[in-house]
Amino acid sequence: MVVYALFGVLALVALAPVAIALGASSPATNTVYGASFIVTLALCVIALLALFGHPGPAPAVVLPLGLPWLGAHFRIDALSAFFLVVINLGGAAASLYALGYGRHENFPQRVLPFYPAYLAGMNLVVLAGDAFSFLVSWEFMSLSSWALVISHHEDRENLRAGYVYLLMASFGTLALLLAFGLLAGAGGNYTFEAMRAAHPSAGLAALVLVLALVGAGSKAGVVPLHAWLPLAHPAAPSHVSGLMSGVMTKVAVYGFIRIVFDLLGTPDWWWSLLVLFIGGATAVLGVLYALMQRDLKRVLAYSTIENIGIVFAALGLALAFKASGMTFAAALAFTAALLHVFNHSLFKNLLFCGAGAVLVATGERDMEKLGGLIHRMPQTAFVFLIGATAISALPPLNGFVSEWLTFQAILLSPQLPSWGLKLMVPAVGALLALSAALAGACFVRAFGISFLGRPRSQAAIAAQETDVNSLTAMYFLAALCLVAGILPGLFIDALAPVAQIGVGGHMPVQTGVEWLSIVPIAESRSSYNGLLVFVFVAMSGVLAAFAIHRLASDRLRRSAAWDCGYPDPSPLTQYSAGSFAQPIRRVFGTLLFRAREIGEMPPPSSTRPARLTVNMHDPIWDTLYVPISRFIDYATDRMNVLQFLTIRRYLTLVFVALVLLLLVLAIWP
Amino acid sequence: MALIHDLIFQGGQMLLVLGLAPLLTGFVRKVKARLLRRQGPPLLQPYRDLIRLMRKDVVLAESASWLFRIIPYVVFAGTWVAASLVPTFRSGLLFSWTADLIAIIALLGSARFFLALAGLDVGTAFGGIGSSREMMIASLAEPAMLMIVFAIALIAGSTQLSTMAAFMNSPEVGVRVSLGLGLVALIIVAIAENARVPVDNPATHLELTMVHEAMVLEYSGRHLALIELSSFLKLLLYVSLIACLFMPWGIAPAGVEPVLLIVGIAAYVGKLALSGLLLAAFETAIAKMRVFRVPEFLGAALMLALLATLLRFVSRSF
Repeated sequence: MVVYALFGVLALVALAPVAIALGASSPATNTVYGASFIVTLALCVIALLALFGHPGPAPAVVLPLGLPWLGAHFRIDALSAFFLVVINLGGAAASLYALGYGRHENFPQRVLPFYPAYLAGMNLVVLAGDAFSFLVSWEFMSLSSWALVISHHEDRENLRAGYVYLLMASFGTLALLLAFGLLAGAGGNYTFEAMRAAHPSAGLAALVLVLALVGAGSKAGVVPLHAWLPLAHPAAPSHVSGLMSGVMTKVAVYGFIRIVFDLLGTPDWWWSLLVLFIGGATAVLGVLYALMQRDLKRVLAYSTIENIGIVFAALGLALAFKASGMTFAAALAFTAALLHVFNHSLFKNLLFCGAGAVLVATGERDMEKLGGLIHRMPQTAFVFLIGATAISALPPLNGFVSEWLTFQAILLSPQLPSWGLKLMVPAVGALLALSAALAGACFVRAFGISFLGRPRSQAAIAAQETDVNSLTAMYFLAALCLVAGILPGLFIDALAPVAQIGVGGHMPVQTGVEWLSIVPIAESRSSYNGLLVFVFVAMSGVLAAFAIHRLASDRLRRSAAWDCGYPDPSPLTQYSAGSFAQPIRRVFGTLLFRAREIGEMPPPSSTRPARLTVNMHDPIWDTLYVPISRFIDYATDRMNVLQFLTIRRYLTLVFVALVLLLLVLAIWP
Repeated sequence: MALIHDLIFQGGQMLLVLGLAPLLTGFVRKVKARLLRRQGPPLLQPYRDLIRLMRKDVVLAESASWLFRIIPYVVFAGTWVAASLVPTFRSGLLFSWTADLIAIIALLGSARFFLALAGLDVGTAFGGIGSSREMMIASLAEPAMLMIVFAIALIAGSTQLSTMAAFMNSPEVGVRVSLGLGLVALIIVAIAENARVPVDNPATHLELTMVHEAMVLEYSGRHLALIELSSFLKLLLYVSLIACLFMPWGIAPAGVEPVLLIVGIAAYVGKLALSGLLLAAFETAIAKMRVFRVPEFLGAALMLALLATLLRFVSRSF
């Protein structure tokens, strides 16, 4: 299996020089995206076969690359197979979408070579079987995505986004490098098998956990390491944004799971406290940030942070249960996290594709300049609505299933032995509930302001429906959202071998349950049947429509809007993205973002318009990043002196450094 | 045979909630009017209103989209399905395991999501103000509701409503602090979710703080009838929910014993009447609050519910 997968990756890597050779010529776009589509689809099939085919450990392939005494190990186990499915399903959808979307690219030669390389990088990360190839692939993925982020470098904002991204990516890799270094120990055996066999001491293991959380978390976008994400993800072309948000953050989650659940052995209970807290805080802060944005793609990027928070909260629960030896509950929480990973990769990709279609049709990402697109882009509006409903965790779509499973896992947690967790878990439950409700508000706003209402600009009036390829990709993702929502049992069962690796147990088999319900624990305890809910709601709606149209009235006439008798023709009188968020900003943002509204009224005889200004501060940026960057500025200023010394002083410096290092060696035990 | 009985009971429940919902609203209106020394509309007025509305033409705003026309059916279907899954006169209904309490709350959430979209669809200021405020209220009411569900589910050991009702009816329950806190929080949430008086006023739609009525301002004819019927159903749902969790007496067990069923239906109607009386008295006694006081009101519910859940985590006996 792994050999075929590697051939697929090789094909993707080989596409990059082909793209360079083709340059900006007209067949380049079709060739690169078409080939990427076929290869990722094939890789997806391989991954599915690996996930369902081989329950046992698969043999590793060792290639004579990389460190001479190590080679490069590659293998597929169930965990990698699952993430391969996520990557390549997303990759296939994005490539199909880009067959249409990519034609609107002004400088395709800046995107095309990096796109297949980026896909190859993500695939290699999950295929890697030793720390060295893992880190090299990780950096490959980071750098190729960085090149895609700055592909529109005429915009200074994008350059800044690329700069922040590069800094944070290197910082994250540094943390991962140290984590693997600690895991490998003094012997320096970098294969995952050796790391799994070694049992680090408690203190060391805790350090590895923190480093993994920092390293993988910064890539996934957990608060407070998320600062780069809402800058970089929207800056890339939309299909790449979808991949970065929907898929690359999942590769980061894979890194965290691989280190913490697989390599690190049995966890301590207090680790989960850390992960749970960070997860809950990330979920709520992410969605609150999202509600304050007016750039559609930035809203989506912040909402990714929220969803990563949900995944990490569920992983924290799984760690807590695993540490307490409650394998069954751990499997439930772990499966919920993985299912959310899968679900989020579907709908976030779909939503970014929708935002890309809007961008092509109007040239706008600013929601305050959109509106009324449902009339001119009905199909895009329909699929975007499905994505919005799914991400708001509403039944019968898929987002609800994973949140429901997470809540069921929380309900098992009073049996946890430690007091810290007993107090933390309900608080995290409340945070997750809050974030789910706020996500609903966020996506009513995102869809309602962009697609509904009356157009707010000329560009929105002139919008055209997007092309067939883009629509096919979006319909495909929307259909998967529905299928995963109404038949969750199939997906839960497919995750059983993955949970076996992560927590050493799995949820009960769901496919045998009557009427295709899902029953995580016992039927008297809880059950949910997405299929029946969907069928009942559809039937009742159709029945009501039919009965009313037959028995009562089906007449309809069009007229001006009523608006309580005072309709105003100007579309500016509608609610805008800013005004929609105002009540929530006032309730949550006054404290958190120090949001202040300053209303300035002209004096009575003046004809000057009144002004309302809103001041907001990003608490994390102000308290964490600004001081750090100031310190670095200060330190570099001081160190600048070192560049202008005399040769005598340089020689003294070298001598002192040598003595100090020798001293360290002498004192070191 | 058993299957046929089960189907009959499930269908009966669906028709019962649909049939009783306007009556409950009519009853509350009547009692409120009597408390204010007015004669008030007849009990059956909501039915007449609904029928009249259904027969009228729909007048649709020019800027309304296809979504605007579908939403009344989606909202109605979601609410109706949710209301049919709450045990009313008999527990252990055929499809009661389709959705547990969390899923029922989420179904109502779906209905609200779409209704808020409808408020934005025509592109008027009134619709927007309603949607925006509704989502603000929901962002506090929904987590509060989920925490209430957590607290009660931890006591009953299940999120399945039939099991929860059976547990609440058993002597195991006793008097618990967390249940009391949960009840208060649930009542606050129910008032907010149904746009009742201290939060919103269902009788007006030209008031500065209006929420629900502003959101549905552009609807007319059969669409308005369905929206109205959904809000009747939602009120009935919350009353049934409080009744089945905190007044679970008289609910017939799964079976076809006619006496028990008659007792069940009588008890259910009695509970509805009692709740309606209390609601009307409460609404008459209290004044509406400013819209930005609502977050404090709901925040109290959220804190109470969180406290109830925490108590359950700390000790099994609370």
